Amino acid sequence: MKTSLALKDRIGAALVRLGIGRGRYRVAPGLYGVGLPGPDSPVLVTANYKLTFDSLRIELAGVDAWILVLDTLGVNVWCAAGKKTFGTAELVSRIRAVGLDRVVGHRKVVVPQLGAPGVAAHEVKTLSGFRVVFGPVRASDLKAFLSAGMKAGSGMRLVRSTPWERLVVGLVEFSNERRTMVVLAGALFLLAWAGLDGFSLARAWRGLWTGFSAFALGFAAGNLLTPPALALLPGRSFSGKGAQAGALAGLAVLALGQSALATAGMWLGAVVAGSWYAMNFTGSSTFTSPSGVEKEMRRAIPLQAAGLLLSVIFWRLGIGGS
Amino acid sequence: MAGLRYMQGVATLRLNAGACTGCGVCREVCPHGVFGHETGKAVILDLDACMECGACALNCREGALSVAQGVGCARAIIHGWLTGEPPSCDCGGEGESNCC
Repeated sequence: MKTSLALKDRIGAALVRLGIGRGRYRVAPGLYGVGLPGPDSPVLVTANYKLTFDSLRIELAGVDAWILVLDTLGVNVWCAAGKKTFGTAELVSRIRAVGLDRVVGHRKVVVPQLGAPGVAAHEVKTLSGFRVVFGPVRASDLKAFLSAGMKAGSGMRLVRSTPWERLVVGLVEFSNERRTMVVLAGALFLLAWAGLDGFSLARAWRGLWTGFSAFALGFAAGNLLTPPALALLPGRSFSGKGAQAGALAGLAVLALGQSALATAGMWLGAVVAGSWYAMNFTGSSTFTSPSGVEKEMRRAIPLQAAGLLLSVIFWRLGIGGS
Repeated sequence: MAGLRYMQGVATLRLNAGACTGCGVCREVCPHGVFGHETGKAVILDLDACMECGACALNCREGALSVAQGVGCARAIIHGWLTGEPPSCDCGGEGESNCC
């Protein structure tokens, strides 16, 4: 197994980030080797999402190690641990399936720390005889961890995310929300087309591009602006941060040259969309608790619904006709 | 403890100090530095940093820790509300969705 990426791996990674072929981007579960591993070499456990597997192997240049890939259905370690597919049962049965006790002389496996929500170390020991050592959060710390005799240095145990990383994980929403966008475009067109004064195709087109522009600004505010700017936007709730980003980005509707009423409706629509998509980014963040997310949702969703209703009314009355 | 902070006063993490033997595993697995150590036992230093991932409770062999484990994901919670099932993001795996 190589410790460098080929062009094919890099293109695959870019497509997967955009949500293309993501569920099928997998490696076969089992035991792999990097370098020239022997009976004394460490065993590093990972998931069978290919991005995860690749981010591990590129950190292992010059290291002789075994890589034990669990079947997590193509999901990364942390998310799979939450679902227990990266879990005690799978680890124990994979250790048996590959005959790990005949491959290595020691009885230790290194599990990434973020696998701990799924892997109970003491149970693995009882069931398989292998002791779980929790490795660092990040694969980039693995070499230092191994050469320090499997001791995690300061910072290796804490999860953090950079603005750039948060921006990258937000990109997948472009693919996730395709269906929503098609439905929205249809709804905007129909709402603008029909009126008490009859049907107007000219108004339908105007409705489509103005309404969709407002949505696009809010979508960008929630998915592209809020994630990297989380630390800068005031408040704790993602929905609140996204509303502020939407309010800012939404000012661009002033440039669309519509009536004051339609402009107000579009701006409000951008605020609502920004708030909604930022709220949905909680699942991609590294520090939100379910109790916290539920609390903010119970406050935010009624406001988002009211805002959406008002924005549609303003926009529809503002683009002409009745 | 520096860095991004989320909602305060909501985390469901509880420590039964009487059952704790001070083995230190909770400190090791916690990705947010929630735990500290005092007189040979674990203490919760920063409850508001807890994201309820459940790593500590699962790895506490004494059962001294409890937490309502789950994913802090709005989409998962909506899925739970709509279907009446426990919150699940249905992402990756055999599902259609792609969220986490």
